[in-house]
Amino acid sequence: MMQLFRALLVALVAVTLAFVREARADSTVLDASGLCATEGTDVARAVEQIAARRDALAARVLSAMLDGDLRVDASGAPFLAQRGDTYQALLAGSGAAKPPLRTPVVDNQLRRQLEPAIAGLRLSVADDDIRLSAAEDLAKHRNDELAPLVRKALQSEKNAKIREKLSLALAQVDLSSDDKQKRLGALAAIKSAADATFKPDLERLLLKDEHGVFREADADVRRAAASALGSIDSRVMLYSMVGNLFYGLSLGSVLLLAALGLAITFGLMRVINMAHGELLMIGAYATYAVEKFFQAHFPAHEDLYLIFAVPAAFCAAGAVGLLIERTVLRFLYGRPLETLLATWGISLMLIQTVRLIFGAQNVTVANPQWLAGGVEVLPGFVLTYSRVAVILFSGVVVAFVWFMLQRTPLGLHVRAVTQNRDMAAGMGISTRRVDSWTFAIGSGVAGLGGVALSQLGNVGPELGQGYIVDSFMVVVLGGVGKLSGTLAGAFGLGIANKLLEPAAGAVLGKIAILGFIILFIQRRPQGIFALKGRAAEVT
Amino acid sequence: MSAALTRLEPVLPKRGWAAFGAVALLSILLVPALNSLSPSSALHLPDYLVTLFGKFLCYATVAIAMDLLWGYAGILSLGHGVFFAIGGYAMGMCLMRAIGEAGVYRSKLPDFMVFLDWKELPWFWRPMDNFAFALVAALAVPGLLAYGFGFLAFRSRIRGVYFSIITQALTFAMMLLFFRNETGLGGNNGLTDFKQIYGYPLHAAGTKHALYMLSAAGLCAAFLICRFVTTSKAGRVLRSIRDQESRVMFLGYDPTRFKLFVYTLSAVICGFAGALYVPQVGIINPSELQPSNSIEMAIWVAVGGRGSLIGAPLGAFVVNGAKSWFTVALPNAWLYILGLLFVAVTLFFPRGLVGALSRIRK
Repeated sequence: MMQLFRALLVALVAVTLAFVREARADSTVLDASGLCATEGTDVARAVEQIAARRDALAARVLSAMLDGDLRVDASGAPFLAQRGDTYQALLAGSGAAKPPLRTPVVDNQLRRQLEPAIAGLRLSVADDDIRLSAAEDLAKHRNDELAPLVRKALQSEKNAKIREKLSLALAQVDLSSDDKQKRLGALAAIKSAADATFKPDLERLLLKDEHGVFREADADVRRAAASALGSIDSRVMLYSMVGNLFYGLSLGSVLLLAALGLAITFGLMRVINMAHGELLMIGAYATYAVEKFFQAHFPAHEDLYLIFAVPAAFCAAGAVGLLIERTVLRFLYGRPLETLLATWGISLMLIQTVRLIFGAQNVTVANPQWLAGGVEVLPGFVLTYSRVAVILFSGVVVAFVWFMLQRTPLGLHVRAVTQNRDMAAGMGISTRRVDSWTFAIGSGVAGLGGVALSQLGNVGPELGQGYIVDSFMVVVLGGVGKLSGTLAGAFGLGIANKLLEPAAGAVLGKIAILGFIILFIQRRPQGIFALKGRAAEVT
Repeated sequence: MSAALTRLEPVLPKRGWAAFGAVALLSILLVPALNSLSPSSALHLPDYLVTLFGKFLCYATVAIAMDLLWGYAGILSLGHGVFFAIGGYAMGMCLMRAIGEAGVYRSKLPDFMVFLDWKELPWFWRPMDNFAFALVAALAVPGLLAYGFGFLAFRSRIRGVYFSIITQALTFAMMLLFFRNETGLGGNNGLTDFKQIYGYPLHAAGTKHALYMLSAAGLCAAFLICRFVTTSKAGRVLRSIRDQESRVMFLGYDPTRFKLFVYTLSAVICGFAGALYVPQVGIINPSELQPSNSIEMAIWVAVGGRGSLIGAPLGAFVVNGAKSWFTVALPNAWLYILGLLFVAVTLFFPRGLVGALSRIRK
């Protein structure tokens, strides 16, 4: 009995407390009609009243008012005007707007009252996200009038991230303050945040005027400014390194997709397929064709085209590869140099054919919705989804090729023929069939590379030509017969390319890498991961 | 090396010398003579054909150099366009300086430098005022590049397709380098607008005839030089390297030295052809360095037939003649024809035109 009574009491207290809190900031009651008053002083008073609520609703109403999107209906309930003449109720459960709708007039005087009021409101709410976004907004522009408010918010703020933004907002004002301590404080805040937007301000501090006198008289402040500048520079450098690493990784995975098939077929048949780049191009055009097909027949499911493009590109490039092997390569066995020329001839015909079918102009393959855009992980460095997807995709393809080579009967035969063709034939393996299938699969993998390329840039008949030299270099660097060599070669080249680019320029970087490869094969003519023993003798 | 150049057979047999002399005289004299006839004559050769044939002769010289390397030593270089273009650029720089102040901007500097707002001549341009120096550079720079590159490549025993694709990468890198404005060779546009060579105006008929005759004589000289090498002891070693390199090595020869020699010689001949090519076509730009150009050089040799030194120039004439005609008459079909040529020659005529002709004669 006693227990039940106690439980009831607790429940009662809880309900009462909840009610009280509700009453203090009731999200269903807010009379905005005062905002539409004709007298400026009445409006100002209404703004003050709403701001005094100190809750998120007040912030929303006032910022809507500042943006000119606030509508007030006959009952005084606030609404947010949206596109297409629809109105969103700002009060929970206030129902449809009752006409007539009025729009509060915002003049400059009111604007000056509204801005700090909104900023103050947003900085004082309990929600961390709102306070953070308010602090970020404040840090974007210098605003002297809001400085006292920011200073006050900074004193009570506990969240470190918000504190940083607030002190940056304050630093913009304090940097030109007369108080040396304030300037030093501002510089310390800038230094710890290492925000690149301050770079011009800091550089200005270190300049001399026309008489050779420093603009900033105080040596301590100058020293602090230089040190802040240093930390900004090293941060910028770090970010660009991270960015280049990412681009290198994505270039590496494209090279990997391009070189994978080449390395397999070269290892197996010792022939260089100069039409390999064109197989990439065919894969890219297959993607384009599938996209156009979906646009024409399934416009509602257009975003799914990419999923169907993967097998389509694999099959298209694989079929062309099989055709090349059956009609040309198989008759040139043991004559690698002639094969090189014949496949070059094939590549010319493939380019011309694609030109006649699709036109000589480049076409664009649109990213599906779910690959468009990206996420800004660091300031100024956007991780685009398409590039991330290409990196992941190349991982999947490598897994597929690894599985094919290591876990299937065909893979076993491929490895046997790669190591010793005559012996494999002697053991009853049909080397010709192995050649055909391997060539088809290697070509199909190139087609998959084409799908990846279509997501990164334009698609044109000469797409493959740009990648052929680089993918040969991957094969030279990585050696043949080992997947790990191709992996290391592709990512090594891709990352080295992108890291050298900012320092030496794209062209000199490429030349440096070629020089490096030539020197590298002085020491290891068989590539990074050479097969050892007798298998290495075949060349 | 001198011992290696001992004769094993005469450079040409007695009847061969007679035939060579006749063909050489005919090729040097016929075209200028026909061009000099009055335009109303039925046999008159229009001016543009003189330039075109002169161009073909330069290509044929390159083809002979390629054949020496590929047909005799079994080395397929896909980078001979580099040596050709460097020879051309050396000559182009000299012709550029010979313009003097007659350029568009009336400046002492070449037009493209004025355009780029350069104030003085880069160091490597300075000696190019001298015609003889430019000629030496056109031969020496390709030779030195080939020697250095070949030294690194052959020493680490890069052979076969590996060598081919490494040379292709070299070509690609060189093309990128020459496309840059900062390289100081006219960037994208290259060198053009030449006015005179060694004091003679380039548009004059006499200069054109002289250049043509020089090209024909150069082709004949290249043939004799290559023939001289292939009929010597060194030529025999080269052929053995082509057929069985490891065995040659085990017999105590150093294949690297022989390969390096023939690669360098081939590059020098290409540089020479490039130097004669530029004053005739009037322009040199980085598109000469496209990898596809170098691969086309290989197909001239393949079409004509490897390892004969006669087939290669023949192939250069046939392929380039077909190209000149088809790109005008059937522009869309040309790539198909060229592609088919690559496939058909390798599949059905591995010994090229010369092989097919000798089979018919039998």
